[in-house]
Amino acid sequence: MGARYLMLIAGCVLVLTPKAMVAQRAALAVAAASDLQAVMPELAGRFERDTGISATVSFGSSGNFFAQLQNGAPYDVFFSADVDYPKRLIADGHAEADTLYEYAAGHLVLWTRADSGIDIRRGLEVLTDPRVQRIAIANPNFAPYGRAAAAALRHEQLYDRVMTKLVLGENIAQTAQFAQTGNAQVALISLSLALGPALKSGTHVEIPTTFYPPVRQAAVVLTAAKDKTSARLLLTYLRRPAVGQLLRSFGFNVPGAAL
Amino acid sequence: MDWQALWLSVRLAAMVSTILLVISLPLAHWLTFSRRRWKFLIESLVSLPLVLPPTVLGFYLLLSLGSQSPIGRWWMSVTGHGLAFTFESLVIASVFYSLPFAVQPIAAAFAQVDGTLHEASATLGASTLRTFTRVTIPLSIQGIVAGLVLSFAHTIGEFGVVLMVGGNLPGVTRTISIAIYDHVQALQYDEANATALLLLAFSFVVLLVVYGLRRRPWAAAALS
Repeated sequence: MGARYLMLIAGCVLVLTPKAMVAQRAALAVAAASDLQAVMPELAGRFERDTGISATVSFGSSGNFFAQLQNGAPYDVFFSADVDYPKRLIADGHAEADTLYEYAAGHLVLWTRADSGIDIRRGLEVLTDPRVQRIAIANPNFAPYGRAAAAALRHEQLYDRVMTKLVLGENIAQTAQFAQTGNAQVALISLSLALGPALKSGTHVEIPTTFYPPVRQAAVVLTAAKDKTSARLLLTYLRRPAVGQLLRSFGFNVPGAAL
Repeated sequence: MDWQALWLSVRLAAMVSTILLVISLPLAHWLTFSRRRWKFLIESLVSLPLVLPPTVLGFYLLLSLGSQSPIGRWWMSVTGHGLAFTFESLVIASVFYSLPFAVQPIAAAFAQVDGTLHEASATLGASTLRTFTRVTIPLSIQGIVAGLVLSFAHTIGEFGVVLMVGGNLPGVTRTISIAIYDHVQALQYDEANATALLLLAFSFVVLLVVYGLRRRPWAAAALS
């Protein structure tokens, strides 16, 4: 009886192990800022096609990932919407200094549903319109686009006037979702999300880049990465012109590439 | 320490547990004494929040509160502003979410009351309502207090739903659990720790009250 069970277990192990082990060896664990939500599936797909290395991507706010990574979260690569977080991880020995790569700068846009009846072509001034009751921005305390949004509002001397209308998203994707569901009339989000499939039905206007400090995006390989070779390969892959083009098509400003 | 958030959570929890008391007394009575065959259906509905992830409730609330939904539009026409990101929306969400925490202890206490006392009360000419208020409720006071305390505490501890539909408005929807989350996100561990410790102590005291009540039956003391 015992021997039969042993054989059964051994059989299960034989059947199940190879797949699990292959998956474990090949899949990179990537922590990515939410503004990459629309472009990342395409980017990861191309990376896998060209290198055979698959990547599992988790999305969240850069600040949240930073806190988790400082406490040993098991990721291989971190894509931050703010270059400051990877730099601090490097300073604390959680990330590898020579891998830091600033791959793009993000743009801030004002977004609204097509049926909201709010004419956002007027720019930020429209936020004082009484029909705009709720304005969604990401939480400026820890989300880079939230900081950019607050800076743009201050730049236009609108912050104090619209402060009571602001609702704070936990990350830029939740911020977009507040406006997409019509719970907020407008949202200040990243251009990369506004161009994605989920929000294409709405309209957006770009906020002039002089209104806010640049949202500098950077990626870094983490010290705790299980597969550093593959992780470094992904960072190198980011420098390819084709990837720069892909990022640009999702509204990112890519360094060293003419428009 | 985030006193504004703490006070908001206390106000929310007090309001929710009061509403739940009003709902739960008749509901628990019906659940305990009804002989309807489809009673299990209502029992399952009431207990649903015990097993449902907060994200499910949060998701449906987000859709139903928005300007695209009938409820959202109706609320808009009555009050002039949207329902999402308001204190009222948190009250509605919490009443749903804490319902079983109020109903279950109360129903359990009702079921424990000696049936012959109900019969005696009826024989002496008391109406069902009078029997309920003068016999069942006094004998179940322990369970009712437990239901109140548990629903209060559960509302204080609510997080997922508020994160999804709250919008983090100071003094309106930034509850104590959201404030802790924000502190952690912003890497202000000292502030997070101070608030978290307070909640830890609070939760422990709540459970002390609930289990303490069980140990010393008030009902027996009240009857003697």
